[in-house]
Amino acid sequence: MNPRRKKRMMALLAVVFGLGSAIGLVLYALQGNINLFYTPTELIEGKGPENQKPFVGQKLRIGGMVVPGSVKRAPDSLHVEFKLMDKGPIVKILYKGILPDLFREGQGIVAQGNLIAPDTIEAFEVLAKHDEEYMPPEVAEALKGIKHEKPVYNNVKGDY
Amino acid sequence: MIPELGYISLTIALGLSILLCIYPLWGAYTNNLRLMRAAPALAIGQCVFVFISYAALVYASLTDDFTLVYVASNSSSSLPWYYKITSTWGGHEGAMLLWVVMQAGWTALVSISSKSLPWPLRARVLGVLGFLGVGFMFYTLLMSSPFESLLPYYPVEGHDLNPLLQDPGMIIHPPLLYMGYVGLSVSFSFAIAALLTGKLDNTWAKWSRPWTISAWLFLTLGIALGSWWAYSELGWGGWWFWDPVENASLMPWLIATALLHSLAATEKRGVFKSWTVLLAIAGFSFSLLGTFIVRSGVLVSVHAFTTDPGRGMFILGFLAIVVGGSLALYAMRASAVSSPGRYRLFSREVALWLNNILLCVATLIVLLGTLLPLVHKELGMGSISIGEPFFNEMFSYLLVPFAFALGVAPLLRWKQNKFNALKNKLLLIGLLSIVITASWLYSSYDVVSSMTFIAVLLAVWVTISTIFDVVERATKQTSLIVGLKQFTNSYWAMVSGHFGFACVVMSVALTSAYSVERDVRMMPGETVTLNEYVYRFDGIKEIVGANYTGHAAMVSIHKEGEKVTKLYAEKRLYNVGMQFMTEAAIDASLGRDLYVALGEQLNNGAWALRIYHKPYIRWMWLGGLIMSFAGLLILLDKRYRGTSKVPQKHKDSNNASQPVASGEVS
Repeated sequence: MNPRRKKRMMALLAVVFGLGSAIGLVLYALQGNINLFYTPTELIEGKGPENQKPFVGQKLRIGGMVVPGSVKRAPDSLHVEFKLMDKGPIVKILYKGILPDLFREGQGIVAQGNLIAPDTIEAFEVLAKHDEEYMPPEVAEALKGIKHEKPVYNNVKGDY
Repeated sequence: MIPELGYISLTIALGLSILLCIYPLWGAYTNNLRLMRAAPALAIGQCVFVFISYAALVYASLTDDFTLVYVASNSSSSLPWYYKITSTWGGHEGAMLLWVVMQAGWTALVSISSKSLPWPLRARVLGVLGFLGVGFMFYTLLMSSPFESLLPYYPVEGHDLNPLLQDPGMIIHPPLLYMGYVGLSVSFSFAIAALLTGKLDNTWAKWSRPWTISAWLFLTLGIALGSWWAYSELGWGGWWFWDPVENASLMPWLIATALLHSLAATEKRGVFKSWTVLLAIAGFSFSLLGTFIVRSGVLVSVHAFTTDPGRGMFILGFLAIVVGGSLALYAMRASAVSSPGRYRLFSREVALWLNNILLCVATLIVLLGTLLPLVHKELGMGSISIGEPFFNEMFSYLLVPFAFALGVAPLLRWKQNKFNALKNKLLLIGLLSIVITASWLYSSYDVVSSMTFIAVLLAVWVTISTIFDVVERATKQTSLIVGLKQFTNSYWAMVSGHFGFACVVMSVALTSAYSVERDVRMMPGETVTLNEYVYRFDGIKEIVGANYTGHAAMVSIHKEGEKVTKLYAEKRLYNVGMQFMTEAAIDASLGRDLYVALGEQLNNGAWALRIYHKPYIRWMWLGGLIMSFAGLLILLDKRYRGTSKVPQKHKDSNNASQPVASGEVS
């Protein structure tokens, strides 16, 4: 091989090696960070054609409507629990911390956390969208056909 | 009456931009000077009518004209006048009109300041800009007109501006970002014009560079401001969420950063020509892609814009035409603009090349992370989300080679370097950086993770090698002070850009590692201690604003018995939309931020409070400002201010830009 070809060969090898390791790293990083989305029904009854259920300990996201009257605050800490539903089954969410401004009973929210029992999630993040009429698309899809309860503003005001 | 005037003006502007798209391009093709000469007048005319149209919308908003759907859903009569003005870009339709305004503004600016350009190039640049204007105006008129009327039945009161957008930061954040997005269309037009002309030389790079840098400058400021706004306004102390909309602004920024580095090489050394053109095309394509992501609603995002699949399809179609067309043109003509430059492994060219590769990889990672959920869903594999850890992890990997090369690059000269000459310098700088980083971190903190150490080390490495280079160049032929004065703006810009980057890296590393965040339940009179600061919850006060009411938590902060400050963390309820908003209270300083946000009311008079201690977080935005300052320095460079009058020779640009660097290290 003449020197010039050798140089090109080396450059090519370097590119291939760089690209390969980059793709490897990306896939590796993706593996641990893809969170599947479930609705309460999918969580309880399984998702997709194979009725695939998440295993206890899995990190996931769940979206649904906060069941009216289900929000319970602990008297002396920031622990809170509430129930989430879409079409039928109800899932319990445990959370410690401050709920977002737009969190209301009867409103769609998305929680991210770990499944600690088949119907209980310990959330480390609760998201409500910055739009009072907003519904996460997945939730809206799941709720299709059932009546969506609109939040009643007067009640919220009464708390203050 | 006024809104109709706005609509008609926009239609006239569309007509003018159609002409602007056809006449000059046809004129350049047939070498008809008369047609080419029409371009500047058309560009300015188009700009005037677009401005009239926007003024009409501002007028409608200021006079509470709720017969317009847009004003009724984005404003209300109790809104302060300045927010009435900003509400004209608070919603989708108005934001698109603002986009059109900026597009027209940039086009007019290019037509005014391009007098020194040869006519065929000038006509083509303006023609391509006209084409883009046609696309956006069609979109605004057909799919999202802010002048749509509710007549004959209209509401007596508007729906109010989203309270999150009622903030000074939000007044300027979107316009800055749009200036950046749209500004990239100028670089894009220059690239397309160069491909059409088949001529790409140093002069071309010199003309294109100030436009690219202005766009980059606006993008940098816009992103920094957006991050600052999220931090102070969203109430959870985060400054970057890897949200699709944020990613949409980050991707063009990364590409624009790569572009301005490669443009520098093209201007000074005549290398990377076809690559530069490709980056210019990619930069604007990513702007468009960002618009598509934000406007079409294909991705779930905290930036909840009203979304509509029809709009998404229109933008997607436009994107396909722009990207497909320009790439096809590139494939046909790129060989005409290829560059013959030769350089060795240890040269500044290779360092810049590495910078470009890494920035492009970073862009691809953001793109992958943003679009993968969409692809996953479309393939019927269910909804997924890609968490922050993915992006954080990938960016940490990329940071290491990027920052390392960034420290070496300024010491390298064009064409080639001997490794031995560099070795000792690099060893010295490396050792110095390690000593400084170790003594700083281990004296300040008990626990230092290896990630934090490496990141801070890299920031220090970049800073020291930059300082080293400044001193070395300045003292080469003369004393330090005299030497410093001889540097060009372009050199200072490099110094300031790299230093700003080091600030951002340092701040991100230390804030991520040493922030203390605590959500607490507090009764009035109770205290909480965080990092030697004692926070006492003094009680709650009722507050009444122009269009909101609410509560403010009074929190006084003491350190070692001495009072530091008293913060008022507010929770507002906006009257019209009945929306809650958290207004965090922040005591800012260079060393740390004390951050208090009010949560909800609990039983027995207790409240939930969020108390954060964020070290060095200000350096992130300060770094952003320092980086933008770099852009400003280049724009103020005499070489670019002179371009509109005197067409200069390359010889001049080579000498002026690198008076000190011209002495190769041997």
